[in-house]
Amino acid sequence: MGLFKDSKLITDPLADNNPITIQVLGICSALAITAELEASIVMSIAVLFVLGVGNVVVSLMRNIIPSKIRIIVQLIVVATLVIIVDLVLKAFAYELSKTLSVFVGLIITNCIIMGRFEAFALANGPWKSFLDGIGNSLGYAVILIIVGFFRELLGSGTLLGIPVLGDPIEKTGVYAYGYENNGFMLLAPMALITVGIIIWVQRNRNTALIEDH
Amino acid sequence: MALKQNLHNLKEKYKGTKMAPLFNGFHTFLYAPNETTHSGGHIRGADDLKRTMNTVIMALVPCLLFGMFNAGYQHHLQTGEVSQAVGGFFSGEFWNMANFWVGFLKIIPLVIVSYVIGLGIEFIFAIKNGHEIEEGYLVTGMLVPLIVPVDIPLWMLAVAVIFGVVIGKEVFGGTGMNILNPALLIRAFLFFAYPTWMSGDKVWVTGAVERTNEIAAGSSADAISGETVLGSLAQGQEVAFSVADMFYGFIPGSVGETSTLLILAGALFLIFSKIGSWRIMLSATLGALVMGFMFNKVVDFGWITESSKFYALMDTTFWHHLLLGGFAFGAVYMATDPVTASQTTKGKWIYGFLIGFISVLIRVFNPAYPEGVMLAILLMNVFAPTIDHYVVQGNVKRRMKRLKAKTA
Repeated sequence: MGLFKDSKLITDPLADNNPITIQVLGICSALAITAELEASIVMSIAVLFVLGVGNVVVSLMRNIIPSKIRIIVQLIVVATLVIIVDLVLKAFAYELSKTLSVFVGLIITNCIIMGRFEAFALANGPWKSFLDGIGNSLGYAVILIIVGFFRELLGSGTLLGIPVLGDPIEKTGVYAYGYENNGFMLLAPMALITVGIIIWVQRNRNTALIEDH
Repeated sequence: MALKQNLHNLKEKYKGTKMAPLFNGFHTFLYAPNETTHSGGHIRGADDLKRTMNTVIMALVPCLLFGMFNAGYQHHLQTGEVSQAVGGFFSGEFWNMANFWVGFLKIIPLVIVSYVIGLGIEFIFAIKNGHEIEEGYLVTGMLVPLIVPVDIPLWMLAVAVIFGVVIGKEVFGGTGMNILNPALLIRAFLFFAYPTWMSGDKVWVTGAVERTNEIAAGSSADAISGETVLGSLAQGQEVAFSVADMFYGFIPGSVGETSTLLILAGALFLIFSKIGSWRIMLSATLGALVMGFMFNKVVDFGWITESSKFYALMDTTFWHHLLLGGFAFGAVYMATDPVTASQTTKGKWIYGFLIGFISVLIRVFNPAYPEGVMLAILLMNVFAPTIDHYVVQGNVKRRMKRLKAKTA
């Protein structure tokens, strides 16, 4: 049962080997674009596409890439895929691509992607590499969506742009009781602190993850 | 003695269990313990940590009481129920019970929220991690209500206290291990999270926000201005208070920060009881004076015109900066926090000087938020270990040189 055996490739990065909270990679984008849930989701899909396809491409080419120039070849693969994502976003979701601005382009520099190419795709077959790419980008997505959820809910009182806590100007919903949005949640430091809290909670639940000093 | 005996019995009963720190903590808090602090970041004296904490709290009580009178006075001044206090510090317009009650009812809830939430978190962490409750929050809990505007909603204060104690202190390992001053972190959190309640011209006098809402709803009452002196200066408006008012503290501002006179008394008390570092207080004052003086000179030389938005604050006589806003309070009670300040003698001078210097710099160049003391102290908290490192290394180098010269 090949699929069953390989399912760890998908489930591991979701929690115990999460690229953000355990390997601490790809933090920049987790800080930059998580003020809104929608942007987090789109970013996650973009990374899912780039890493899933990229891992397969690199894996297929792994025997013909000369080891000395492998970083350049990998960069070209990522860059091509990122440009496709960028153009698709500009064509079908222009407003959103403006929100994400340079961060779509910066997927190229996302350490998770080059890290998976180097650590996995160069040494494994296309099917396994595909699963690994999907697993790691899902692990990335989980954290992004958790952070985006809390930052948008507490910072703007909305989810996916829909007001869920009432209207802050008309004072309806919880705002009628004096609640106010927390502007700090929209600033980058709070994203870092939110990720930190997730790491804290995760390691408290699974003490095997705590590194020795 | 019944309570003490009961507590003692409970303490014995729960010895070694998870709940033990709870009873130990209450016991130590209410009655004198028969042991002194023997570990942590406070190894520099034989005093019990509790004595240090109590001394600071004693130094803060006058500011708290003054804050209660002042909150009522500012409110009544704006509603026209009292006239401007004349006749010095002991003016009857200021020190009357009507003023006190308004402030008392406003400020006591702040104190209660600060202590109940903060100590509650300390208890939870102590029980969860199985260590004794630390006294560190006793001072923080007293500082917090003194550095917020009197009208701050209580739930906001509670959220900020949770944030400050958990993220500012517990994640680093509790009292003595924190990098940033927790009280200032709580204030910074409030400032960035709820700027409408922490800055602007409405929040500094109790009742101003309510009155604004009433007027918006069609009331014909006069608006209450809750602008601080610094705020007025930043916007280039006329200041309605005299220098004597600023010194005595008869001006709007955060609860306990206004009275430079009482803060000065507190500073002397801290210096004579050897709790607060006079080096930091003095060098912070010097730093502020130097920066203020430089700005005054910029104005004198005509390098800046009156049309500039920085003009009014740059033109403020340099020593007035010491009386305005939270400078005195920050320099005396916040910058001297032994955990987050520099530890070396030379380091203290540098650390303090830069706090004063940067405070005035931020005041002048950030008119949207003309109070720079909080940010300056937090910034220097981060740099304090670096300063200490270089002071120690410099010392090591000098001694090595001396040693070489001797042996050569």
